[in-house]
Amino acid sequence: MRLTGAQAMLKSLELSGVDVVFGLPGGAILPLYDPLIESSIRHVLVRHEQGAGHMASGYAHITGKPGVVIVTSGPAATNIVTPLCDAYIDSIPMIAITGQVAFGAIGSDAFQECDTVGITRSVTKHNELISSPDDIPRLVQEAFHIATTGRPGPVLLDLPKDIANTDMEWDPAIELTWGQDLDLPGYRPHIEIDSSAIAAAVELISGAKQPVIYAGGGLLRARAVEALAEFVELTEIPVVTTLMARGVFPDDHELCLGMPGMHGNYTAITAIQQCDLLLAFGSRFDDRVTGKVDAFAPKAKVVHIDIDPAEHGKIRQAEVPIVGDAREAIVAINKLLIDQGAARPDRTAWRSMVSGWQEAYPLKYDQSDTGYPLKPQYVLEQLRDLSPADTIVVSGVGQHQMWASQFWHFNYPYTWVNSGGLGTMGYAVPAAIGAKVASPDKTVWAVDGDGCFQMTSQELITAAAEGIPVKIAILNNSYLGMVRQWQELFYEERYSQVYLSPDHPDYVKLAEAMGCVGLRVDRAEDVAGVIEQANAINDRPVVVDFRVDEFEKVYPMVPSGGSNDVVIVGPEGDAELGLGAAPS
Amino acid sequence: MNARELDQLHILSVLVEDKSGVLARVASLFARRGFNIHSLAVAPTNRARFSRITVVVDLESAPLEQIIKQLDKLIHVVKIEELRPADAVERELMLVTVVKGEDPHDVLDIANRNGGYALDFDDDHITFSFGGAPKRLDVVERELAERGIRRIQRTGRIALPLLATES
Repeated sequence: MRLTGAQAMLKSLELSGVDVVFGLPGGAILPLYDPLIESSIRHVLVRHEQGAGHMASGYAHITGKPGVVIVTSGPAATNIVTPLCDAYIDSIPMIAITGQVAFGAIGSDAFQECDTVGITRSVTKHNELISSPDDIPRLVQEAFHIATTGRPGPVLLDLPKDIANTDMEWDPAIELTWGQDLDLPGYRPHIEIDSSAIAAAVELISGAKQPVIYAGGGLLRARAVEALAEFVELTEIPVVTTLMARGVFPDDHELCLGMPGMHGNYTAITAIQQCDLLLAFGSRFDDRVTGKVDAFAPKAKVVHIDIDPAEHGKIRQAEVPIVGDAREAIVAINKLLIDQGAARPDRTAWRSMVSGWQEAYPLKYDQSDTGYPLKPQYVLEQLRDLSPADTIVVSGVGQHQMWASQFWHFNYPYTWVNSGGLGTMGYAVPAAIGAKVASPDKTVWAVDGDGCFQMTSQELITAAAEGIPVKIAILNNSYLGMVRQWQELFYEERYSQVYLSPDHPDYVKLAEAMGCVGLRVDRAEDVAGVIEQANAINDRPVVVDFRVDEFEKVYPMVPSGGSNDVVIVGPEGDAELGLGAAPS
Repeated sequence: MNARELDQLHILSVLVEDKSGVLARVASLFARRGFNIHSLAVAPTNRARFSRITVVVDLESAPLEQIIKQLDKLIHVVKIEELRPADAVERELMLVTVVKGEDPHDVLDIANRNGGYALDFDDDHITFSFGGAPKRLDVVERELAERGIRRIQRTGRIALPLLATES
């Protein structure tokens, strides 16, 4: 069967299970957009290519399948660099197809030419410039294989226009073995779990008096939720869930201690500091978690499960490194624990120490009786209590992200989508759209900041036009809030370029202009009513402008680079924060 | 170069798929992770599909284990061997244009003693080639430097494991 390169690409995507792509057409990718008209694949037409990338990320977070982006060459390719980098650092599977100028014109500074493969080399797990239409089926199979196996990540295929237009011979026989035609001698993602490491881990677990599980996003990528639940049931070891792992273990479970790190809660941070055994499952000792590495979990022996060999020993050398799939590893640990049938050591003292911290240092804030100024934490509590329990929460980056992670109760996996590693402002609106496309029956609330919202809000036009009814809660404090917080604490309240104004833009009018419902609240007493109103709207996107306290700060806080032994739990500790050298 | 510095230099023999951009992938990984390359040589192998990169890495910048693990994540990197100097044979080639000076016998003598070949000359200069173990070339280079080097190009070392140590 003769197909053009473009037809072969679309057919390859269909065979790879793609049901939706996020993209925007342009010159070099025109050949691929023509047969798209007849394809079964849904195309979501974005307003800016960065939006397509984050939508694909949101989609991948929810489904575990790679999100697919199709854009043209040059500026379109550079516009997806941020989402690629974001997906790379957060281990999100993604496939990007970029148009390229004709093969023979590469290097001639042709119109809308850029060195896409060169530019994206360090922000993708792998990329390829397609040099023949005959290679397309194999390269697409390899791209999906690479994106989804081992440590997941984004893969980019750069498709020159003439190759998309050139005929190739499509052999229908390849469809029978689709996904298996791989020629990757240098890629061996499956790593057999070392049973002696499992035995060593079980020995440490059985002997530990003060163990804690430091659960990371790798557990979600590895679909290890049930294995983790069984492990906790077997061992009754408390769990902290990192920013990337919120929901991997239910917040309402008595053994869940919540989020550790710079803005984690006191108990989660301190349990790690005081533990004698740190079970780092699918986590990577990110600096926002560890603070000063030398002072992190100083008494602990470490069992580290990670599928990426390079994460082992990168930051902290584990006593027991387990290289491989987190689900397989935890299942193996569970099996050995059951087989050995060993009695659990008495950890009553540890449990009561931990619950003592929980009682002494709960998350706190003060919503004044007058209801004004409105506290962002109050908005989040109301949003949490008035929305369905399995609501998907998507956030941008900054104060609102920390409050959302702190105050939501994540009791289901794959209900929290955010930009963890790269810290990409503007992530929330497009990622929420991707999440809603992946899970149309669930309520999707983006919790966004006013600064973040202005970076990518135009994608609400996409949402309105495509019938993707996401909901956006802007915690509008009229500042780049997290930066303002740092300037207050570490730069002697010298506020440099952080004021945005609450009224520019008028978020209600902007929402309406984009085909959404726009609502505004500035008093605590009105919050519940407006949230219920927003939750009842399912035929179009909703934007709620919550006018919140400009001066509210995120607590607890461990200053950057500081030891996690010093947790500032509230504003009364601000003086202590200001005493340190300016952190990085 | 003192002994401590030499200890920090390790040789990696990296078998890669001979695809366009593979050298850029390796080089940009080193740059991106802040790893220092001391020298680098790349050429096809006897198997058409593969090339071999011999890269000498400076461990002052990063632990060897981390460099190897990050390199191994590149899809086009097929196999990485660490060649410890004691377990490998190493060679390097050096082209050097030397000032003849008042008595050219002086530099010719250095060349003769070290297996150098004169490849080119004019009234004032001679260009030699020297092949040998990198440490030996260091010595030759120092000797010639005293006479005056006009230009020099070394290839960077290449290495293969000692047969006796190969498993």
